[in-house]
Amino acid sequence: MSMDIFLQHLLNGISVGSLYALIAIGYTMVYGILLLINFAHGDIFMMASYFMIFAVVDFGLPVWISLPMIIVLTVILGMLLERSAYKPLRNAPRMSIMISAIGASYLLENLAVYLFSGVPKGYPDIPWLTKVINVGTISFQTVTVIAPVLVIVILGALMALVNHTRTGMAMRAVSKDFETARLMGVRIDRVIAVTFAIGSGLAAVGSVLWGAKYSSVYPLMGVMPGLKCFVAAVFGGIGNIPGAVLGGIVLGLGETLLVAFFPGLTGYRDAFAFVVLIVMLLVRPNGLLGEKEADKV
Amino acid sequence: MSKKTKNICTGIAILLAIVLITLFDRDVIGNAYVKRVLNLAAIYAIISVSMNLVNGFTGLFSLGQAGFMAIGAFSVAIFTVPAEYINSIFYLEPMAPWLAAIRLPFVAALLVGGLIAAGLSLLIGYPVLRLKSDYLAIATLGFSEIIRIVFTQMQTITNGALGINRIPGITTMWVPFGAAAICIGIMVLLIHSSYGRAFQAIREDDIAAEAMGINLSAHKNLAFAVSSFFTAIGGGLYAALLTSVDPKQFYFTMTYNFLLIIVLGGMGSVTGTVIASFIITGGLEWLRFFDEPLTVMGVTIPLFRSGLRMVVFSILLMLLVLFYSKGLMGQKEFSWDGMYAWCKKIKGRLSGLSKKKGGA
Repeated sequence: MSMDIFLQHLLNGISVGSLYALIAIGYTMVYGILLLINFAHGDIFMMASYFMIFAVVDFGLPVWISLPMIIVLTVILGMLLERSAYKPLRNAPRMSIMISAIGASYLLENLAVYLFSGVPKGYPDIPWLTKVINVGTISFQTVTVIAPVLVIVILGALMALVNHTRTGMAMRAVSKDFETARLMGVRIDRVIAVTFAIGSGLAAVGSVLWGAKYSSVYPLMGVMPGLKCFVAAVFGGIGNIPGAVLGGIVLGLGETLLVAFFPGLTGYRDAFAFVVLIVMLLVRPNGLLGEKEADKV
Repeated sequence: MSKKTKNICTGIAILLAIVLITLFDRDVIGNAYVKRVLNLAAIYAIISVSMNLVNGFTGLFSLGQAGFMAIGAFSVAIFTVPAEYINSIFYLEPMAPWLAAIRLPFVAALLVGGLIAAGLSLLIGYPVLRLKSDYLAIATLGFSEIIRIVFTQMQTITNGALGINRIPGITTMWVPFGAAAICIGIMVLLIHSSYGRAFQAIREDDIAAEAMGINLSAHKNLAFAVSSFFTAIGGGLYAALLTSVDPKQFYFTMTYNFLLIIVLGGMGSVTGTVIASFIITGGLEWLRFFDEPLTVMGVTIPLFRSGLRMVVFSILLMLLVLFYSKGLMGQKEFSWDGMYAWCKKIKGRLSGLSKKKGGA
């Protein structure tokens, strides 16, 4: 393999990884606070893609209006989901909440099949994301560069939020000890709502970049990225935001390079993440950046 | 109720079931469609009870049923398809010769599938079951997807995405119902053994259970392996009922059917699960009218079109978890005493209602 082809794959892998990172942050934050695998997260990502199609194709809105609009809509959807599916079960057994999450995910998927039909739709073209740039013999879309840069900016902003604001302090307190934080006067419901809002907003941003890269939208499009991004979150250490970004990028890069070096394994591309998960759980169950914690009685 | 009355009631119930199945089987009542739905419900009962063994009785959250079913189904498909059809089924690439040489009777193929599934479950269980049960949910979900992807790729073994058809079918209702009785019977015996008590202790409090000397990982692995074994048996029967399999059928959303069944029946209740599998399988068939255009007095209601059935299905699942999380039976089992008390309660309510009406 020549150097420039390798660079091309490397670039591609990092950009896929950045998309995974954006979704993985949502998983890791919700898990850190609620200890819940938000199965519906991938479907919120899918819904955000449909919102964009409606805004741009059906209502003919310009992109600069639709972008903030779909982010707001997705955030509302995420908070609505938390309110209706998770909040009533706050004191229920963990398994009930998990089943509720699966139910919510399945409902969103089936609703999308029912409302928008299972036929894939094309994602609206956003010229400044899909423009092709040539550097020497390497050519890539602008989104390939924008995605990692955006992820780094968002990561910085999130770390500032978590470490230096009152809301962030509340988040850290809740994730350390739910009950004690509640007794100390932290408004749990508000913290959880903010967490879902941030996660869903990032899923919406991710969906725009995803759309620029893959341009096909269908009801089950969120399932695979959703599962893989959870794996990425576990890989980086669940509950740890930089870990989720690292996990996402490593996973995206690994997947792309695997297919690049062993074209015979192309069909197994989607299985790669789960093999990584099982190996990771064997070797280092707390993830790359996760801390080891003892079980409390 | 005295023990004698209860035994008589049980005897009558079993006799009634045998008579009913015989009548269905001889086509005296019902038709081919009803027979098929009942067979499917019996197979779903096996798979749901085995899922409940892990999720309801041991308190682990496994979502890999579709994958284990696929293993059982393909085992039956690969080993029982008649030799003379193999070349016409595997027309893209021929079946691997060593595999084509092995032809097994149905029961042997079922057991082979079950054993492979149990072996694979130990392979995932060993790393994952030491950890919190959340990881099991994702790992099993991922595993069932891997199985599906691998089966789609293995052209010479599973015929890839084309799948395998012309599997010798089930000729009598006694096969699924007999298998269900045997499999569920074995699982009930297991639940009532010291192993089953240990499973339930782990579910209630794993740290306390460990302090009492229960080997957590060994018991969790045992529950998971037994559950996978019977799920694969169910999958094998499913393949024989349908007479054709392809990897697409075992998409992980299939697992959600069984999840709905055990939630409705009650996490930790075998009888509840069996009742629920008949209700859900029948109900899903009945819900089919949602997918067809509905015309009321010449007006076509636009709401009714393809896809509505699954929307209703998922709303039902959510409503169940949110408002009726104990399900039909909770952790209780069916008993004649319970039945008697329930009848009395209903009777009391009815007479209370009629009294109120009379007074007003």
